[in-house]
Amino acid sequence: MTVAAEGAPPLRMTRARRNALLQSEPVQGLGLISPTFLYALVLLVLPILVVIAHSFWTQHYLTIDRTFTLENYRIALTEPIYRDLLWRSLYISLTVSLFTVLLAYPIAYFISFHGGRHKSLWLFLITIPFWTSYLLRVMSWKVILGYNGVLNSALMGLGVIDEPSTALLYNSSAVIITLTHAWAAFAILPIFVSLEKVDRTLVEAATDLGDGPLRSFLRVTLPLSAPGVISAVLIVMIPTVGDYVTPKLVGGKDGVMIANAIQAQFGKAANWPLGAALSVTTMLIVSLMAGATVLIIRTLQRMAR
Amino acid sequence: MRARRLVPGGWLSVYAFLYVVFLYLPVIFLPIFSVNTAATPKFPLTGFTLQWYEDLPRTPALLDAAWNSLIVGVSASLLATVLGILAARSITRYRYPGRRAINGLIMAPLVLPEVIVAISMLLVMLQLGLSLSLFTVVLGHVLICIPYSMTVLTSGFEGFDRSLEEASADLGESAFGTFRRVTLPMVAPAIISSLLVCFTISLDEFIIAFFLTGTDATLPIYIWGQLRFASKLPGVLALGTLLLIASFLLMTIAEILRRRAARRTQNEGGLYA
Repeated sequence: MTVAAEGAPPLRMTRARRNALLQSEPVQGLGLISPTFLYALVLLVLPILVVIAHSFWTQHYLTIDRTFTLENYRIALTEPIYRDLLWRSLYISLTVSLFTVLLAYPIAYFISFHGGRHKSLWLFLITIPFWTSYLLRVMSWKVILGYNGVLNSALMGLGVIDEPSTALLYNSSAVIITLTHAWAAFAILPIFVSLEKVDRTLVEAATDLGDGPLRSFLRVTLPLSAPGVISAVLIVMIPTVGDYVTPKLVGGKDGVMIANAIQAQFGKAANWPLGAALSVTTMLIVSLMAGATVLIIRTLQRMAR
Repeated sequence: MRARRLVPGGWLSVYAFLYVVFLYLPVIFLPIFSVNTAATPKFPLTGFTLQWYEDLPRTPALLDAAWNSLIVGVSASLLATVLGILAARSITRYRYPGRRAINGLIMAPLVLPEVIVAISMLLVMLQLGLSLSLFTVVLGHVLICIPYSMTVLTSGFEGFDRSLEEASADLGESAFGTFRRVTLPMVAPAIISSLLVCFTISLDEFIIAFFLTGTDATLPIYIWGQLRFASKLPGVLALGTLLLIASFLLMTIAEILRRRAARRTQNEGGLYA
């Protein structure tokens, strides 16, 4: 009896506490999100860890030698072919993100400040081409830029050139044009969202205090929309560095990018560890480049104020 | 004063128009050349024909690919939407530590190069001894569809009035009953919208399918194979046009539903509050 009397209150309390715990926000929230979270852990985090592990191993024909080595990274960073591909990929992704953001900003500004009632219609209009197959959009650019393509036949029809130009397709410029087109919507949306958050009274205040339209834009609107510009840069720069389809279809020999080399290591060349090291190197360097770009934008933003 | 204020908007609207032309121009050429009699896509157009479309149903490999795409698209969109509903509900309804980090991880496939996602999944599946098939493609598509599903669903779930659910619980409905009779009807448009968005993404996705499929081709993989042959281009253009129309229709419906969902949760919430 004494034992029971002593034991009962704590027991009741733990049960009550357990019930409270089960009904608490964190537990319910975490419980609800756990299937999706686990899915991402198993199919994204685990695979990336496996890639990182492979990058330190070596492959002999079909067997993987699990002794730690940095040889793959030495090859990835010093072999001229991979070094060149990496530089070109970084150059292309930097140029593409620059063009995409510069071209997208005025559109986002136009929709946010002059879109009126038709804002969502404009956004819809701009995102529609993005929802069509990426493969098909790249193919369309091939049709446009090709030797017998639309642009060449149009230029010849207008008498601008006498014979088809071969300079349009199969080089890095073709890759840059195609990617700039393909990623347009990704840049417009984040910039639009941050422009929508710009307090319009601040712009009015600047105008009332004597700033011209350009000055108030440079000192108020542009710095306040910097977060949108930053996410646009990140969302374009990181994925484009690893683009596979565009260089393969319109890049020709001079437009090959690192993803094509990575794919080759997992396909024909059958050197998984080198492919893994190339992937890890690319991700690290593009993250550094993206980080540096964000820092530059932040500094400019601070200077503008 | 008024004229001066109109000028920037005026220039901008010209720019906006040109920009939209730039966005749509490449896409427009696919349907144009798909009904042209010439086998190479160039101007001037030679004549109107539906021959390239008539050839499509007579290609068994294409029909197989279409069937595969349908299976993958339906499975991936269902799975991604279920996982999306759980996550979006958790994110919009509860506050807990680590919420932002978990959300960031789930959204990460959006900003990772697809090739990296594809090869890392490929490595794990080969390590686990899973043979590559349409099933592995579905696993990959679910991963990249979840961020889009989340985006659509959170916009549908946000502004959802919690007091409606509480009222239902107070009136004696069970948790499941409340979900089925109160929550579900309000968020149904967002869910359908998510299904359509995910299906469209899966239908058009190439890289992950390319790496993770065994011998079965989906439509983009079939197209990729055809691109090597110049003579097959008109057929590809015709198929591309059909895919274009399908994507356009699905996305239009999805957008209408998403907006209806957002309006419903906000308006009705406001009405009852």
